[in-house]
Amino acid sequence: MASGKEIRTQIGSIKNTQKITRAMEMVAASKMRKAQERMAATRPYSNKIHNVIQHLAFAHPEYKHTYLQEREEKTRVGYIVVSSDRGLCGGLNNNLFRTLLKDIQEKTDSGIEIDVCAIGKKATSFFSRLPVTLTAQVTQLGEEPSAEELVGAVKVMLDAFEEGRIDSLYLVFNEFVNTMTQENKVMKLLPNVQAELSEGMSHHWDYIYEPDAKEVLDSLLVRYIESLVYQGVVENAACEQASRMVAMKSASDNAGDLIDDLQLVYNKARQAAITQEISEIVAGAAAV
Amino acid sequence: MAMTIHVDVVSAEKEIYSGLVEAVFATATMGEIGIYPRHTPLLTSLKAGEVRVLVNGQEEQFYVSGGMLEVQPHVVTVLADTAMRADDVDEAAAIAAKEAAEKSLAESAEKLDYAEVQAQLAEASAQLRVVQRARKSAGR
Repeated sequence: MASGKEIRTQIGSIKNTQKITRAMEMVAASKMRKAQERMAATRPYSNKIHNVIQHLAFAHPEYKHTYLQEREEKTRVGYIVVSSDRGLCGGLNNNLFRTLLKDIQEKTDSGIEIDVCAIGKKATSFFSRLPVTLTAQVTQLGEEPSAEELVGAVKVMLDAFEEGRIDSLYLVFNEFVNTMTQENKVMKLLPNVQAELSEGMSHHWDYIYEPDAKEVLDSLLVRYIESLVYQGVVENAACEQASRMVAMKSASDNAGDLIDDLQLVYNKARQAAITQEISEIVAGAAAV
Repeated sequence: MAMTIHVDVVSAEKEIYSGLVEAVFATATMGEIGIYPRHTPLLTSLKAGEVRVLVNGQEEQFYVSGGMLEVQPHVVTVLADTAMRADDVDEAAAIAAKEAAEKSLAESAEKLDYAEVQAQLAEASAQLRVVQRARKSAGR
């Protein structure tokens, strides 16, 4: 059995770890609140731009954008994968990647190649090890991701779609349901055919476009996709903090259990030492 | 009271203004436009400039660095950009994102595979443990 001193140092080091995890838990909790606020703040924009896109579906523009035209998945598919920059957030990233891997496996089995745009360090390091093409990456978004930083990465994928190098584009991220639940989500961004579904049920009208339909629709759709990606990033950031908070809480709890167990062992060892000492003394006294 | 129209001014990161106004003025790419209630549906891009709304005869101003403006019969939506947008700026950002990806790929090829190394380390330490245990029991 380990000696009393050894156990004491072990308990001490676990206590230190517990202090760290508890601090991280609290930090994550406060960051999560902020991330949730940010998530709520982006909602008006994404709702509004979604409305505009819906209106567009009702209108009958003389110009059909490539993003809205159905296309078959034949040779190459693009994914925008949103992950966190830092670890210690439970299985958040790994669960997401696992879901995605299944998807990718199916695609590669049927001979479709994969392009990945990685957002966040974890996705970059994960996908650089896989047989997929990493076409763009953004890392170090920090706690306050700005829409601006995503523009470049999204453009790489949009250009690839427009030029026909990829046949469809998906966004992969964690959806924030509540603190305990984050859902892996694979969302189809392009081609966006759902906007066309409502066609035919409206009277004929169209916007006045300034300067012209093509230009306006181009920039509107690009912004729409960007806003979806941004929403995904912001949601993923909230998920990251929530998941870190939960992970750190369970780590603190585990440390507590460990300390209790070790304390018991320590007490037993101490008691055994005392008993032994007494019996030695008694035996010694009897011998005299 | 004068006729009013609902206006929402939003940027990707927050809501800027929402409410009933008498008129909206904005700098569109084709020139300054003024929108009063019952304007015909319109979709236009905005230049960097100010968006003004008229509320009870008072003007309120916001600065936007570009964006889109949509007019529906009862609602005007201004989707403001958070940053300066131009084709060449976007292009530069795209190239930067591509280069970052290439760089990290090159780095990971150079560096030893971290996961593999870790697996090897775990294996080696397991072997070491077995050897130590064997030695201990032999020593007794």
